[in-house]
Amino acid sequence: MTSSREEYARQESDLDELYRDIILDHYRNPRHRGSLTDPSASHEGLNPLCGDEVTVDIALRDGRIEDIAYRGSGCSISQSSASMMTEAVEGKSADETRELIHGFTEMMRGSDDIDPEALGDLEAMAGVRKFPVRVKCATLAWHTLEEALDEAAKAS
Amino acid sequence: MLDVARIRKDFPILERKVHGKPLVYFDNAATSQKPRQVIDALVRYYEEYNANIHRAVHTLGEEATAAYEAAREKVARFINAPSTETIIFTRNTTEAINLVSYSWGNANIREGDEILLTEMEHHSDLIPWQRLAAEKGATIRYIGLTEDQTLALDGIENLFEANTKMVAMPHVSNSLGTINPVEKIAREARQRGVMFLVDGAQGAPHLPVDVQAIGCDFYAFSSHKMLGPTGVGVLYGRRDLLEEMDPFLGGGEMRRKVTFEGATWNDLPWKFEAGTPNIADVIAFGAAIDYLTDLGMDNVRAHEIEITAYALDRLRQLNDITLYGPPDPADRGGVVSFNLGEVHPHDVGQVLDQYGVAVRAGHHCTQPLMRSLGVSGTARASFYVYNTPAEVDVMIEALKAARDIFRLPEHSAP
Repeated sequence: MTSSREEYARQESDLDELYRDIILDHYRNPRHRGSLTDPSASHEGLNPLCGDEVTVDIALRDGRIEDIAYRGSGCSISQSSASMMTEAVEGKSADETRELIHGFTEMMRGSDDIDPEALGDLEAMAGVRKFPVRVKCATLAWHTLEEALDEAAKAS
Repeated sequence: MLDVARIRKDFPILERKVHGKPLVYFDNAATSQKPRQVIDALVRYYEEYNANIHRAVHTLGEEATAAYEAAREKVARFINAPSTETIIFTRNTTEAINLVSYSWGNANIREGDEILLTEMEHHSDLIPWQRLAAEKGATIRYIGLTEDQTLALDGIENLFEANTKMVAMPHVSNSLGTINPVEKIAREARQRGVMFLVDGAQGAPHLPVDVQAIGCDFYAFSSHKMLGPTGVGVLYGRRDLLEEMDPFLGGGEMRRKVTFEGATWNDLPWKFEAGTPNIADVIAFGAAIDYLTDLGMDNVRAHEIEITAYALDRLRQLNDITLYGPPDPADRGGVVSFNLGEVHPHDVGQVLDQYGVAVRAGHHCTQPLMRSLGVSGTARASFYVYNTPAEVDVMIEALKAARDIFRLPEHSAP
């Protein structure tokens, strides 16, 4: 048994890790929130368990994500993850984006093959892994983006 | 009043810590905790007289049968049912309602008939009726809500249409706490020959219930929300209706005489209890009923009014709290649903959990209601016999921490 003081400190730090400043910043000041007028693809993702919703629009030009937007509703983790994602993939090629999606979802799965530090700001989401029921919140936007990329690939 | 300090000693789980904090269990509307007496009854059955019931000629079988049927008598007395024949054991409230929608509904609902429900319906009292209506070509109408989230019953005498055949509603709303005027509804329904089913999942655990005084045709509830084990539900039904109804499931125990050509049904209540029932849990449910009966349901109710009033007061003093349900604790069960500003209920629930406080966050299986309230969900604290005002204080401190984390703008209380 640990002392209650230690437990208290641990509990504080767990919460701090889940709700890192950068996550809360994206939650309060979302980037690329809205929709695109003429998207190459648009996909809606749903987490039926908790009702989180995210729709991702992408505009591709010459195989690159020229513009991206998201909208939806849900918990701080699902919405800030979407916001962080839009910043991370804007301007990237479809292949680079798929690689990042893979890296991010592997990190969230707790895979040893991924160095979270290599993911830049996205590393902040690693704290969510301590809260297994919330991992799906963090990955929702990323799976939705992947679906949108598939749609765009099929359409072209 | 309840001696809560003494009651708490009966619940071993209340000694456990969550994230280093004493457990504050406020998720009683989902399932209650179990006292030592109920756990002991389960163990005693398995250790001392485990046997199948009703057909055995040996001693253990006779003891198990007696204990199982004694539990039925306890349940009948608990809700003042006229006889044990009107008490049917199911798996849970959901199965009890499905039994009625299937066995009564199939024989009595026809094309063009109407089923009347409410906007505060739990999915378990919604989906069985939607299925039946779709199958039969019947329609469903929903009684709306007032601003206080009570049923909009102005003009109650015009509540039913000529084609209304069944009205069903919760005794107490699991999401809002609203207590519905079931006696009044039953009076109107009886005059018009409309059947009335009460979803008592949040009623029987928390209020003194007298099905004859209510005057309903069916009343359904679950053991696990009232100190008993999971896996046991109860359907009370009016005897003449149950006698007319065909069985829900086919199998052992429900038949009287079986030939290769067919079978005749057994007497009530066994006609509806096909197969080996949940013997151990029914017997332990009997122990839960004993426990509640010893406390006195009037005392249980008084305790819940007190703690709900305290929680509502403390929550109202916090900035940024939106409360749902009737403002007067006398009009509601021990359920307090709220939102903290724009913070998502899952985020609120997560922070509370770190303080050892277990609440439910989400749509509470009432998605249509949440949509009409214009929210994706709420956080819900629900109380029972072992909860204390001091535990409410812990929740309030945790909510302040949540507010700090999500840094809602400070403004003074009105």
